[in-house]
Amino acid sequence: MTDLVYLSPPTLDEAVRAFAAAQGAARILAGGTDLLVQMRLGTVRPGTVIDIKKIAEMTSIEETADGGWRVGAAVSGAALADHPRFGTVWPGVLEAVNLIGSKQVQGRASAGGNLCNASPAGDSVPAMVAAGAVVTVQGPNGRREIAVEAVPAGPGRTNLAPGEIVVSFTLPPRPANSGDAYLRMIPRTEMDIAVVGVGVSLTLSFGVCTAARIGLGAVAPTVLLVADAAAALVGSSLEDAAVEAAAAACRAACKPINDKRGTIVYRTKAAGVLLKRAVAIAAERARNA
Amino acid sequence: MAKIHVSTTINGEPTEFLAAPQQSVLDVLRNTLGLTGTKEGCATGDCGACSILLDGTLVCACLVLAPEIEGKQIDTIEGMATGDQLHPLQQKFLERAALQCGICTPGVLIAARALLERNPDPTESEVRFGLAGNLCRCTGYDKIVRAVLEVAADMKEAAR
Repeated sequence: MTDLVYLSPPTLDEAVRAFAAAQGAARILAGGTDLLVQMRLGTVRPGTVIDIKKIAEMTSIEETADGGWRVGAAVSGAALADHPRFGTVWPGVLEAVNLIGSKQVQGRASAGGNLCNASPAGDSVPAMVAAGAVVTVQGPNGRREIAVEAVPAGPGRTNLAPGEIVVSFTLPPRPANSGDAYLRMIPRTEMDIAVVGVGVSLTLSFGVCTAARIGLGAVAPTVLLVADAAAALVGSSLEDAAVEAAAAACRAACKPINDKRGTIVYRTKAAGVLLKRAVAIAAERARNA
Repeated sequence: MAKIHVSTTINGEPTEFLAAPQQSVLDVLRNTLGLTGTKEGCATGDCGACSILLDGTLVCACLVLAPEIEGKQIDTIEGMATGDQLHPLQQKFLERAALQCGICTPGVLIAARALLERNPDPTESEVRFGLAGNLCRCTGYDKIVRAVLEVAADMKEAAR
């Protein structure tokens, strides 16, 4: 780690220019809870680190005029939890972000970093996928918006173009009687890496599910949007048969690995179980929303 | 290599230092500023021995780069007592022997204070989750948790 250059540009334009100028030798620093560990282990050796936390857009949380939300990519889990309203509208997203690491890690770790670290087991990602979050990225060719599920390309890899930086997540306006939830399975009770993670967001109208999105993590090379599971719920009253059909769709979507945390069989079965539990929580929240 | 000049506030005192860009705040505290109360356990954010407050937020000093604290407020274990007057958590840890080897203790105290400031009347479960980022290799968790709960109860009593 010799000759590291630390930059903390105050504007996004300057950050994008510096990132492009480094031609792949730079890394973006948000909370640093992945990057600084990787640097210490020597698995990444950037020549330049670009700290984006001086850029207001990266660290702010805004309720947009249409009732949606814009969450800066470098907003820490602790800052998101401290927001007086965000967690009442998107409790599942907040739960997912706040499952990442200890209180100390939550003081720094961000949803933007979690997405760009591109672990298939990143906890915030399935919840953001379920929420229908759109990611704003900016690079040398300007700004674009992409669905959050289109960002991961595989373990540790993203579909961002060279020089592009994730700026913020935009969450859509929330219809009445909507609720979301995120659950993960871990071998311990706290602070572990998901064996399965399920995010559910749904809307009810007179007891009928009118919209649903399901995000599934840690069971494939990338977090998955499971459209078949959502389709099984929409139009139903979330009766057992519909929820079981959604669970079956989640199990069918699984392409997990065997590792020390869980076998393929275990992960696949747990995906269905967690889906049912997360649907129940999201539905309860939707009824009370 | 050029060092970076950093101006910050540590335990209320304006402080300046020179650091290499890749140096951690933990390294600066211990080896540049001589504030060795903050301990190094893992240096990868897992153990919490280096817990400090950064602008009031609990973080691991090993996972903050020195230049990042320019203009920020840092609170370490050295600022926890007021002169000779120990913080109630420090006093209770002594009375209840809520420490064994002591390496994790400064981080536990900083995290426990942060916990009680946010949640003055926590349940046992909330204390255990709140301190889950602080590992005690002596495994003396139970006395730690009971000491924190006793301080919370004392505070509640005093507030009556």
